[in-house]
Amino acid sequence: MSRTITKKLMLFFPKCECEKPIIYHLVKDHNLIVNIYRAKVTPEEEGYLVLDVTGTPRDIEQAMAFVRTFDVSISDTGKGVIRDEVRCTHCGHCITHCPTGALHIGDEATREVLYNEADCIECLACIRVCPFDAFASAF
Amino acid sequence: MKTYEQINKRIESGKAVVMTADEIIDYVEKKGLEQAADQVDVVTTATFGPMCSSGCVLNFGHSKPKIRMTEAWIQDVLVYTGLAAVDVYLGATQLRHGDPANMYHPGEFRYGGGHVIEDLVAGKTLQLFALSYGTDCYPLREIRTYFTINDLNQAIMLNPRNCYQNYNVAVNDSDKTIYTYMGALEPNRKNANYCSAGQLSPLLNDPYYETIGIGTKVWLAGAHGHVYAEGTQHAGGDERTPEGIPKGGAGTLALTADMKQMLPEFVRGVSLRGYGVSLAIGVGIPIPILNVDVLKRTCVRDRDIVAPVVDYSNDYPQNTGKVIGYVSYEQLRSGEIEIEGRKIAVGSLSSYHKALKIANLLADEIRRGDFTLAGPIAALAKDTRSKPLVIREKAS
Repeated sequence: MSRTITKKLMLFFPKCECEKPIIYHLVKDHNLIVNIYRAKVTPEEEGYLVLDVTGTPRDIEQAMAFVRTFDVSISDTGKGVIRDEVRCTHCGHCITHCPTGALHIGDEATREVLYNEADCIECLACIRVCPFDAFASAF
Repeated sequence: MKTYEQINKRIESGKAVVMTADEIIDYVEKKGLEQAADQVDVVTTATFGPMCSSGCVLNFGHSKPKIRMTEAWIQDVLVYTGLAAVDVYLGATQLRHGDPANMYHPGEFRYGGGHVIEDLVAGKTLQLFALSYGTDCYPLREIRTYFTINDLNQAIMLNPRNCYQNYNVAVNDSDKTIYTYMGALEPNRKNANYCSAGQLSPLLNDPYYETIGIGTKVWLAGAHGHVYAEGTQHAGGDERTPEGIPKGGAGTLALTADMKQMLPEFVRGVSLRGYGVSLAIGVGIPIPILNVDVLKRTCVRDRDIVAPVVDYSNDYPQNTGKVIGYVSYEQLRSGEIEIEGRKIAVGSLSSYHKALKIANLLADEIRRGDFTLAGPIAALAKDTRSKPLVIREKAS
């Protein structure tokens, strides 16, 4: 059996695909372990889902091909929490509120605050506490 | 020994040796104080953080017909009109008209005076709405118009209190989250927030106010301004360590500069959830290396500077004066402090990253010969304390 990997994805559902049990099929038919961080799927509206999927690269690939048949767009780069690089002043206020260390001090000498999106679990604490309105949710 | 005149001559000829308060530490360690004092002309200091006691005086010029504004709002933020006809003062912490404040706690405070100041400096078009009772010489009773900073005759920043010499570290000893001007503090000392540039901060590099005083030229968000008075709540007589570093807030500066010369990056509206709005502003102050003693004091390190840890759930609001303990900026910057045997995660409201950028920008300006120094015309008091407001039952 080939090695499993974990990928963080953001799925965008167009208005018409909200009532199909897509995640069920990812688990049942494609053997994926799914960890949903945040979802907003409302009937008659567009929907968003941010999740981790764990499985073999082949299973993940086939599962994504299945997802795409529903006109769902998949992003593995732009996540649900976005930092505005211009608005961020690197004060570091967010750091103690970030539970995973996704927001952390990079170089000790310059004290720049780095944002590692892959570690973000979308708790949205940074959006609430940032004094400079530097964080926003994609949905 | 050098004089301001000698240093300015070297700056004007593009020969000045300038270092940041961060760089000078290692340089002096390597070269020794005597040799470094000989070689280095200027050390730049800086800070960037929320400074609530900020604001600006604006002059709109006269409309046709004229109005003597008695109430006015910019972007629905109330400005003070108790000045001449078309002069107003816009304060950083003023809320926008209709803001629910903390009615639904904690309030978001998304836009207010600080944000109007940010938008002004950024060159955005803003709305002015003003009312008047009308007079023979100023007949107009209502005006609504749109303007940018370039339409104003003057836009002068006038900040009664900036650059606190040192500051509290805030913690929360209660069992629920509290929302303060020091940010959100989680229950039972789960986190701590501080607000200072530490070893880069202006008044920590000149603890006895030898070069920073009334009249000293400063870099205020990119504009060349100056210290126009001692800052409000200036308390030069606060307790100090044997090395002269104040253990409390101590000195403050009142600063002014032309907003039309400012850089938007360093003038930023602040929203403090559950508390209100404010303004973060970047300040850079050059210290002329007049002698070995002045240089020695610019070599202050984070490990030598201590800040008082204060409980913001009871001791701060009730003004008890209690200090839980002292921690150094070296400990604060490590991301964790230990108080009474317990480790606490540390966050900051002041940006060292931006402060460092300002110290370097100012150093570059001085090296290019574009920023000459002006020393104080009057010294800041070293023996005063901040007085409390006494609540009296009746006039005596």
